[in-house]
Amino acid sequence: MNNEAVFKFRSISENEAFARMVVASFIAPYDPTIGELTDLKTVVSEAVTNAIIHGYDGKNDQWVYMTLLMEENVLTIEVRDEGIGMSDIEEAMQPLYTTKPEMERSGMGFTIMEHFMDAVEVTSVSTQGTTIRMSKHLASVQAECH
Amino acid sequence: MAFTVQAEIKKNVLLLRMQGELDHHATEKIREELLNLMEEHDITHLVLNLEELEFMDSSGLGLMLGRYKHLQKKNGSMIICAISEPVKRLFEMSGLFRIMIIESSEDQALMRLGVA
Ligand SMILES: Nc1ncnc2c1ncn2[C@@H]1O[C@H](COP(=O)(O)OP(=O)(O)OP(=O)(O)O)[C@@H](O)[C@H]1O
Ligand SMILES: [Mg+2]
Repeated sequence: MNNEAVFKFRSISENEAFARMVVASFIAPYDPTIGELTDLKTVVSEAVTNAIIHGYDGKNDQWVYMTLLMEENVLTIEVRDEGIGMSDIEEAMQPLYTTKPEMERSGMGFTIMEHFMDAVEVTSVSTQGTTIRMSKHLASVQAECH
Repeated sequence: MAFTVQAEIKKNVLLLRMQGELDHHATEKIREELLNLMEEHDITHLVLNLEELEFMDSSGLGLMLGRYKHLQKKNGSMIICAISEPVKRLFEMSGLFRIMIIESSEDQALMRLGVA
């Protein structure tokens, strides 16, 4: 069964938990393993948190966009903001790299996303915003018989 | 599930039992209170019981690393107990596993610090 869902929500930190619940609910019909569920909730949490604290620098009246797509056995998650963007994506994705050490960020968000997903693609334009597109093959999803 | 934390102080040891989901929202809510508590009671050792922690992401790592660095300066230590597999993986990924003391239970941790 293929499926797609599109959400937009305000850039408030309460919506980090909301976004995690959304992804968990979206994949529930596919009987994910506990491990898959945890991984997917974690990567969504990372991407949405980044949109709020980096993209929008804590401004809470902006929009975060999330698209979930299940196609064959592959789940694709897209999280997008229209915030400040990044000038050097490669540098930003290095483990332990953070521009907000004073907020006690550890610079591990991208590393976690890359670890838990099969592919992570980042596009970003300075002052325009950032899109994170990540996908994972779910072992638990049965291929449909034709 | 929302995040809650229960604190207990034994001499210079602060024991925190964490429940629910530790994310950016939760860390922002508790960081200041935690810092004040540690300051007020001159805490040098921190024990985190993660038995009922259901979820954690990099925000939790940041909070723990922050407290670890702070306690290091006071020659203190930080002990994590009842760590779950998912949290353990985050610890391994970030290098926290190598610097923190891991104990299987709260009792073990408190015994190690001589306040059991
Ligand atoms: N949506 C975004 N918009 C603008 N900059 C971003 C965005 N996401 C990430 N960044 C930049 O990339 C850096 C690395 O992100 P990453 O998530 O790996 O670490 P962090 O958020 O700083 O720390 P942690 O995720 O461990 O709390 C950030 O410090 C920030 O400079
Ligand atoms: Mg991050």
